[in-house]
Amino acid sequence: MTTITDTSKSSYLFSLTIRLADSALIASQRMSQWCGIAPTLEEDIALTNVALDLLGQARHLFSYAVDLDGCRKDEDQLAFLRDPHQYLNYTIAELPNGDFAQSCTKSFLFSTFSQCLWVSLLDGEDSTLRDIAAKSLKETDYHIEHFSRWFVRLGDGTDVSRQKILKSIDYLWPYTAEFFGNDRTLSNLEGLLHINTGKLQADWVNAIEDVFTEAGIDLPSDSDFMSTGKYGVHSEHLGHILAEMQYLQRSYPGGRW
Amino acid sequence: MYTQSLDTDPLANDPKEVSDKRELELKKRISEGYVVEPRDDMPERYRKTLIRQMSQHAHSEVVGMLPEGNWILRAPTLKRKSILLAKVQDEAGHGLYLYSATETLGVSRDALYEDLLQGRAKYSSIFNYPTLNWADVGVIGWLVDGAAIMNQIPLTQCSYGPYARAMVRICKEESFHQRQGFDLLNEMMQGTQKQKDMVQDAVDRWWWPALMMFGPEDSDSIHSEESKAWGIKKKTNDELRQTFIDVTVPQAETLGVTLPDPQLKWNETREHYDFGKIDWNEFWRVVSGSGPCNKDRIGVKKKAWEEGAWVREAAMAHAMKSKGR
Ligand SMILES: [Fe+2]
Ligand SMILES: [Fe+2]
Repeated sequence: MTTITDTSKSSYLFSLTIRLADSALIASQRMSQWCGIAPTLEEDIALTNVALDLLGQARHLFSYAVDLDGCRKDEDQLAFLRDPHQYLNYTIAELPNGDFAQSCTKSFLFSTFSQCLWVSLLDGEDSTLRDIAAKSLKETDYHIEHFSRWFVRLGDGTDVSRQKILKSIDYLWPYTAEFFGNDRTLSNLEGLLHINTGKLQADWVNAIEDVFTEAGIDLPSDSDFMSTGKYGVHSEHLGHILAEMQYLQRSYPGGRW
Repeated sequence: MYTQSLDTDPLANDPKEVSDKRELELKKRISEGYVVEPRDDMPERYRKTLIRQMSQHAHSEVVGMLPEGNWILRAPTLKRKSILLAKVQDEAGHGLYLYSATETLGVSRDALYEDLLQGRAKYSSIFNYPTLNWADVGVIGWLVDGAAIMNQIPLTQCSYGPYARAMVRICKEESFHQRQGFDLLNEMMQGTQKQKDMVQDAVDRWWWPALMMFGPEDSDSIHSEESKAWGIKKKTNDELRQTFIDVTVPQAETLGVTLPDPQLKWNETREHYDFGKIDWNEFWRVVSGSGPCNKDRIGVKKKAWEEGAWVREAAMAHAMKSKGR
């Protein structure tokens, strides 16, 4: 593990780790909502797999965040006892699943972005994040494979499925601006992680372009909407997710689970 | 999960489709240890009995995802959430595996699933009870998966090859589930008084339904004998139930919970636990559709299937188009 003496840098590293952990956890929680009700039994199993992978990633990241922070005892304190404004996930992760098209588009857009992030973390100087990135990359590649296929199938399939995919892009696309918008956490960590959001964006567009083409869909133009979940200012949805997720830890303090 | 002897005979009104002679021959070969494979010629009665039992079992696995799925979003730690997600995923896998095994008998999975959604097929009564607190997740693992293992281990030796092989794999995972459930409860029992109360409440609600999972008493079992002769039932309902109780009582003592049966007592002479009377009216009510959650369970599955129709159609359409390109 890289030792960081500069405390402000350490707090940015903690923020970034928490951002990645929260994004994975909230995406996993959303994905888990499909468990038992997916369009086919095979898809039920596949989506649960993705939820489990994301949860695993979140746990590795939380455990690193516990090391960095020093005041929190364990992953569960971080996951279950923080309030919505302390959550730093990208907003897109908390958006409702909607129909199957919306869930696939959301996961496709988010997992391709995650892939770009993991790849860039491989070049950073933080060895723990490097290890987590390497492990997560394999899983993320599978997620992209799965959801890009659905994106193409639904985009190309029937009129109904195509309309639903278009509608989902219309809803979700504006939230992707948050991936690359002004990012004081990443810019403060530039010396350690060397992540450049401009390059990240170019990589991401590159990654999704072919899939959009295959689905016969044009890349949307950017809107001027900017979500801010990564700074703790969320949509209305996160509060409900946490109310449900944190219910037992909050209602029965001091319990053993 | 979970096979359950529901003992309603779909063949009761069927005309005899094959000669008694052929049936007798197969029963004899089975009794000598012959394992039937899909390619074998089999009497219609044997085939239909297997289809009924295996599809009920498959349905039970997929409906069984729902009661525990109810707690995935509220699991109290990340570790427990991960265990529960994986468990419910295992049950989906069991369902898939069993539907495939049933398909080797010449029925389609879609047709079987349609029977379930239209209320024509049965599934284990246990999943028509609600999961009301977090300890229910542990109790289901401990008692329900525990009872399932008891029911299913003899089936690893059953006469139909694909079913027997499915059971080997499934039983391994069920015993994992059982230990995880026990571990969950054990942890809670070392926690606060409120947590202990939750565990006891869950045990009080699940104990009797778990005993019902073994099906009616032998004296009321319509075709237990028939299934035994076909080699797809190895032990009677009452034998299995007694073994389950004998194994479970000491585990309850280890946990520190009380099983809700004042008549539960070790019988020196029988060398088994005596136990109280099971409410068979409740059992039949739940099996035939009037349990606490029957309508909700099927309703959820039906809605999901209907809402997924456009997805399945789109996937088909895309596959056709791709072929043409
Ligand atoms: Fe199972
Ligand atoms: Fe199980």
